[in-house]
Amino acid sequence: MIPAAFGYVRPGTVDEALRALADGGEDAKVLAGGQSLIPVMRLRLAAPSMVVDLTRVTELRGVRDDGDALAIGAMTTHSDVISDPLIREFAPLIAQATETVADRQVRHRGTFGGALAHADPAGDLPAVALALDAEFVLAGPGGRRTVPARDFFVDYLTTALAEDELLVEVRIPKLAGSWGMHYEKFNRVAQAWSIVAVAAAVRRENGHIAEARIGLTNMGPTPLRATATEQALAGADAGEAAIAEAARHAAEGTAPSDDLNARADYRAHLAEVLTRRAVTAAVGL
Amino acid sequence: MTAVEDRPMTAGPAKEVGQARKRKEDARLITGKTTWTDNMVLPGMLHLAVVRSPVAHAKLGTIDVEAARSAPNVVAVFTGRDLAEEQGSIPCAWPVTPEMVNPGHPSVAVDEVNHVGEAVAVIVARSKTAAQDAVELVDVDYDPLPVVLDMERALAEGAALTHDHVASNESYRWIFDAGEAGTGSSTDEAFAKADVVVSRRFVQQRLIPAFMEPRSTVVQPQGDNYTMWSATQVPHILRIMLAMTTGVPEHKLRVIAPDVGGGFGGKLQVTPEEVITLLVAKRLGKPVKWTETRSESLMSAHHGRDQIQYVDIAADREGNVLGLKVHLLADMGAYLRLVTPGVPILGAFMFPAIYKFPAYRFDCQGVFTNKTPTDAYRGAGRPEATFAIERIMDELAVELGMDPLELRRKNWINADEFPFTTVAGLEYDSGDYEQATQQALELLGYDELREEQRRRRESNDPVQLGIGFSTFTEMCGLAPSRVLGSLSYGAGGWEHASIRMLPTGKVEVITGSTPHGQGHETAWSQLVADELGVPFEDIEVLHGDTAISPRGLDTYGSRSLVVGGAAVVNASQKVVAKARTVAAHLLEASEDDLQFESGTFSVRGTPGSGVSIQEIALATFAAHNFPDGVEPSIDADATFDPVNFSFPHGTHICAMEVDTETGMVTIRKYACVDDVGKIVNPLIVEGQIHGGLAQGIAQALYEEAVYDEDGNLTTGTFVDYLVPSAADLPHFDTGNTVHEAPGNPIGAKGVGEAGCIASTPAVVNAALDAVRHLGVTDILMPLTPERVWRAIHRGGDGGDRATAGTNAYGGAQTETTAGVSTPESRLGGDR
Repeated sequence: MIPAAFGYVRPGTVDEALRALADGGEDAKVLAGGQSLIPVMRLRLAAPSMVVDLTRVTELRGVRDDGDALAIGAMTTHSDVISDPLIREFAPLIAQATETVADRQVRHRGTFGGALAHADPAGDLPAVALALDAEFVLAGPGGRRTVPARDFFVDYLTTALAEDELLVEVRIPKLAGSWGMHYEKFNRVAQAWSIVAVAAAVRRENGHIAEARIGLTNMGPTPLRATATEQALAGADAGEAAIAEAARHAAEGTAPSDDLNARADYRAHLAEVLTRRAVTAAVGL
Repeated sequence: MTAVEDRPMTAGPAKEVGQARKRKEDARLITGKTTWTDNMVLPGMLHLAVVRSPVAHAKLGTIDVEAARSAPNVVAVFTGRDLAEEQGSIPCAWPVTPEMVNPGHPSVAVDEVNHVGEAVAVIVARSKTAAQDAVELVDVDYDPLPVVLDMERALAEGAALTHDHVASNESYRWIFDAGEAGTGSSTDEAFAKADVVVSRRFVQQRLIPAFMEPRSTVVQPQGDNYTMWSATQVPHILRIMLAMTTGVPEHKLRVIAPDVGGGFGGKLQVTPEEVITLLVAKRLGKPVKWTETRSESLMSAHHGRDQIQYVDIAADREGNVLGLKVHLLADMGAYLRLVTPGVPILGAFMFPAIYKFPAYRFDCQGVFTNKTPTDAYRGAGRPEATFAIERIMDELAVELGMDPLELRRKNWINADEFPFTTVAGLEYDSGDYEQATQQALELLGYDELREEQRRRRESNDPVQLGIGFSTFTEMCGLAPSRVLGSLSYGAGGWEHASIRMLPTGKVEVITGSTPHGQGHETAWSQLVADELGVPFEDIEVLHGDTAISPRGLDTYGSRSLVVGGAAVVNASQKVVAKARTVAAHLLEASEDDLQFESGTFSVRGTPGSGVSIQEIALATFAAHNFPDGVEPSIDADATFDPVNFSFPHGTHICAMEVDTETGMVTIRKYACVDDVGKIVNPLIVEGQIHGGLAQGIAQALYEEAVYDEDGNLTTGTFVDYLVPSAADLPHFDTGNTVHEAPGNPIGAKGVGEAGCIASTPAVVNAALDAVRHLGVTDILMPLTPERVWRAIHRGGDGGDRATAGTNAYGGAQTETTAGVSTPESRLGGDR
């Protein structure tokens, strides 16, 4: 498959990239890892006039300790995320979910920021970022601003990024206390997108669940939090019965789609089962 | 010669046949550093792109090609009207009945389009990109007609018509009645006296062959001669059919299938694009290339399977089968291609399978729909038959309260009954079903898994376990020419080979059976090494070029070794016979006194005397010292026409875990024991079994071509058409029994389709066995988690899937993929 003709620029710094975006106008597209953009261009579902390739913007790569948070550069590849010691220590949920993304080749090219800015609700990382209350650092011509995850994901494939802005960094607050985490993915073949998946982070205190954060993948046009389940788990006994009861509310407030893999009612059912399994695993039962 | 020289002189040289040799062709095939058609670059070569219909059924109005014609680097644009005089109709070589309706199949639609993806115009440009860009500039006026998609509704009174000019959606009706044919008794009587009758409706979903290498064709004109390179399984058939279709005479046309990256039946075709490429090269007098994209391939290359099967089985209370009735609706798609109507007929004789049915009736209707035409796909008719019989045997066992294996055992042909003539009139050659089954049960660890199944049931475990059987046979080695004639097929089933002895002692083997990944070069070398006593490395196998290998019927239907390999062996033996005459002359002995061993003729009882066949090749080249009256050549050729099919068989057992909470099915263990007759190369046999299992399991669990209500192919990319990878498949425990086929000099039965034919029902039977106690009696294929969950918790067979594509790529469908000209496909960014 051959994409339509497009312009191409490969800046070396964030400032150059922002200028290229501004020059490219409304049809400019950012190429981070290219694992979503290139296929849709080849299928001619997208035909940007200008592609701004961030591959050479080295300042956007890597994970650093930023005090009370981890700062993950937007151009950090999935495979670098998986092997990063800081992520292993403070946000193992991200590593676990990233290991389920597509296949090895895709994980070597695809980037953490690219996957989040693409905002595919079937992608694995948006729900994880939402569950971890990530903050998105956006750079634009007028400077930088920080957007919380709940405001970043606006609609299907749509984020709070303006046309002239770049996602440069994602800050993951370090969690205090005794947290357990688990990503429960449900798909038909190894390299496929999630039909539904659940990201759970649970803080235990004295045999109880003090706090739970649950992100849902592919249960609506954006990643969602299972708010009703989170509330039911807060202060609940860390046992199978209480978790199962709370998980019954997992699909409340969601709007899953009907497609080849699943109709909406089945997705709602899966959300309950997978939430129970994810929380149970996160609690360590 | 090292293999020979390393051995002590007392032992004979190691036989090549039976060695698990690594395939000599693999390095170049796996690295791609080879002659894939799309790698061809010719000076001045032009490139084609095909404009395809985005609607399933419409009259064609005006087609405005002016914008495309004036686009940069575009050389020409042709519509169906431009080519109507010369393009003829895509040939159908298998008119299964005299009354069969063939609506005609223009390569580029002229008046009417009948499926999404049908060609409506062709762009010719100086680059592939220029051609592709111009596709979107062609403006086609479609006047929509009603769309026919559902076979059962298509046959109802007053149904809309697939083609505007045919009287009904039925292409043909083909009946085989064993009572009338004299091979069995009356089914009516059998069913009347039966204690038990079980009736089921099974659905064979539509599949896409999904070969690794997309199709590609290059044509080079040279005066009034044309050379075509094409990624085809059938260069010989293609040459004949193109000559008959386009009017380019056969002797002016050379067809080459260079290395071809898989076919699975999907490249057993004369495609519209091959006709188009030839006609454009002829018109313009320049070399032309067409290479498809994957999404073009999925929507326009022929599909497979797609049958509705109504199956009735009759038995007495003790479980003796009395009769079998099969009524098929077989989806032809919109057109009849090379063997479209014949595919279900190939299955007609296999429904009785390994069981001793006294009565059998088969009744098949070929039905047109506004979908991509169907045709051969790995197994072609036989997987469908095997699925139906192995599923209904399980249903009958449930009805009788019998163990499914006991029911099979009670009815199958016993080892001492071969050769056995079945109710369908086939003579099964050899085998031992009990032996294969015993071995497979051991490989699986059957008793232990049955015990675990019991425990899981008793504890009401959310994950249930089931075990499913498929005790299958198939007819291979296509085919005895006379049998094909009796079935109205347009060609014979023989195969040709020749051996050229080169002056330096090297050997060229020319085969008419054209490989596309099977390993012919290795296996044929092993055969010839043993026959001629020359080293494996001294043999080169040539194929796939009608100028080099002038006679052949190519590769399909597990025929290559059984028919083509037999021709190679026979040709080799002729070479030895000719060489013997020369050897006798050189050794000054009588031919009768010569022995031939390890490639050397020697005079019996005279150690040390001898001349090797490779030395004789040089002596023949020089021809200085040759027997009087003998022509100086020891080359030979042979054509082998089998007198019967071969009948591989085997027992496949699947153990399946079903997560009743989510509907996810996971193969716990898979064991199979196949009898494919004599094994020439165990590594190739194992590889064929593994690949076949992957495809058969894929039908059971993953693959389905889904159309939406407008006739768009929803599964238009590999995101939605799920082909499993190694990561999704279990370890396979495989084994073999060996009962040689009496019908060919090798004793081989064929292995290319075995795994694909046998595995599908074993997998589905296993899943049903896991959840039958929960009230589930059938689940539609593929067994998606949603379907399994619905069948368990909502009843029924799981139902149809939603027809929208998944989120990925914005739910990409054929109506929005490139190559299709629609308003939605215009340039303009994200949807």
